[in-house]
Amino acid sequence: MIQVNGLTKRYGGTTAVKDLTFTVRPGQVTGFLGPNGSGKSTTLRVILGLHQPTSGTVTVAGRPFRDRPRGLRHVGSLLDAHDVHGGRSAAAQLSALARSNRIPRRRVDEVLREVGLAEVAERRIGGFSLGMKQRLGIASALLGDPPVLLFDEPLNGLDPEGVKWVRELFERLAAEGRTVFVSSHLMSEMEHTADQLIVIGRGELVAAESLAEFSARGTRQSVTVTTPAATALKELLTAEGAAVRLKGERLTVTGPTAVRIGDIARRHGLPLHELSTRSASLEEAFMELTADRVQYPGGDPR
Amino acid sequence: MTATAAPTTDVSDREGATRRPPARFGDLVAAEWIKHRSLRSTWIAYGATALAVIGFNAGIAYDTYSHWTLQMSKDRAAFERDGIALQEAFTPNAALLMALALGTIGALVIVGEYSTGTHRTTFAAVPARRSVMAAKAVVVTVVTTVFGLVVAGASFAVTQAILDRRDAGVSLGDPGAFRVVAASALLAPVCALAGLALGAAIRHTASTMITSVVVLLVLPLFLTDGRHWSAVAGHALPYRAWLRLVDVNYSPTAFPWTVGGAWTVYAVWACAACAVAVTSVHLRDQ
Repeated sequence: MIQVNGLTKRYGGTTAVKDLTFTVRPGQVTGFLGPNGSGKSTTLRVILGLHQPTSGTVTVAGRPFRDRPRGLRHVGSLLDAHDVHGGRSAAAQLSALARSNRIPRRRVDEVLREVGLAEVAERRIGGFSLGMKQRLGIASALLGDPPVLLFDEPLNGLDPEGVKWVRELFERLAAEGRTVFVSSHLMSEMEHTADQLIVIGRGELVAAESLAEFSARGTRQSVTVTTPAATALKELLTAEGAAVRLKGERLTVTGPTAVRIGDIARRHGLPLHELSTRSASLEEAFMELTADRVQYPGGDPR
Repeated sequence: MTATAAPTTDVSDREGATRRPPARFGDLVAAEWIKHRSLRSTWIAYGATALAVIGFNAGIAYDTYSHWTLQMSKDRAAFERDGIALQEAFTPNAALLMALALGTIGALVIVGEYSTGTHRTTFAAVPARRSVMAAKAVVVTVVTTVFGLVVAGASFAVTQAILDRRDAGVSLGDPGAFRVVAASALLAPVCALAGLALGAAIRHTASTMITSVVVLLVLPLFLTDGRHWSAVAGHALPYRAWLRLVDVNYSPTAFPWTVGGAWTVYAVWACAACAVAVTSVHLRDQ
């Protein structure tokens, strides 16, 4: 469990995160969503004790992470897949991390197998693709078998097979009762990954709720109708007060439900070839919510 | 590249069963040693520096050997009185070269992490940052001391072997010989720790390198013994301390100083460097 309470972080005159409060619970995958420069990486760094909050508190399992002498058995993290020295081999990188936390050496081989890098373990990381570095970063996060895992944009650079693998991995980690916190600036990535969402914009909390609640929020549903009698149906629906857009034989209707439209068509004997409800995409909901918060000047402080 | 789904134990079971091992400093030292030795560039830097330093010293001794004249044979007394053989055991140019190279190697131990972002991975794995830096200091001290002993010892052996062909070499038991070897050997860890401290405080590769060159090379040449303040400031620098320590036939200048003072400069630099390295990562955001 991660608890962020009234977190504010300023760098000089720039406020990266402002009065942020949220809780990330175990047993589910929580998405951490916001446009570029909205303060996601800053928040993750504060959670990991790398940056000191200007005000507010952040705890992991009830304690500030920095109070723990060794971290890997408490929180596994992948902040940036590039945060490795290209001159080392994957095995050396993980061995040093494991040794610093008194994790047995065999665990290195285990996680390398788990992320599919066993065959390239002795190769220098400098020659790895971004996708391979992401896998190596995930391996580092898994090393201590920790109850809390943080990932900053882990899907960047992964091929579709890799994306599928990561999603299944996150699901499994959450199903094992772990806290899994995954950041992204793309809603479409989170749509099939997260159960819960924390949405921020310009360093402030925009939403903290389940994916279902988030998708229901703000945006109206629309109904797509295909009918050879499109013009006639359009008139009937407009008379009912619906907003209708016509394109060929296809109507996009907002206002009445699909049931109501079906009833109206039947009453007037109009044939329907398609009648389907379409929720606005999460991407649309996300952009609507953060629209006024994307012009964050200065970018993500590093 | 295929991913296999390895079985992972259920977290609730695991939490009950695992007894977390205590945090031990020795593990951090071992981890830093793995990091240090797993970079090929580290070994290339050590090897190239060793060859250059030993080669430099051997070259000067060979010059003396090859330009040895009958006249010099007659002035053997003067040669011995001036301690020329010991001067050639480790020359000032070789010392400056080693100081710069070791300062860079020490700096790269931490700047190499900042420039690649590895420091975030390191400090997220070990939130006790001061312990990490202390472990780095231990590894740097041990490895560069061994390096210094090997290089200073080899330089001494090679130069004296060359001079012995003219029957002019000295042995380690001769007065001052051991001090020359020890002071030259320990210049390595002192400069490497100074580099580590500068790297931890400055964090940027280029600025760290420039500062390191200024402190280890430019300042000692600039701060002369002409005025009191300049002499005192100059004496506080590692290279000048080395010069004092290897000057076996020291003749006091206007502002003289002792061998004990020079050893103290070594010790203060090493300790202050460790303190700076440890506190600067503790106090600042990483």
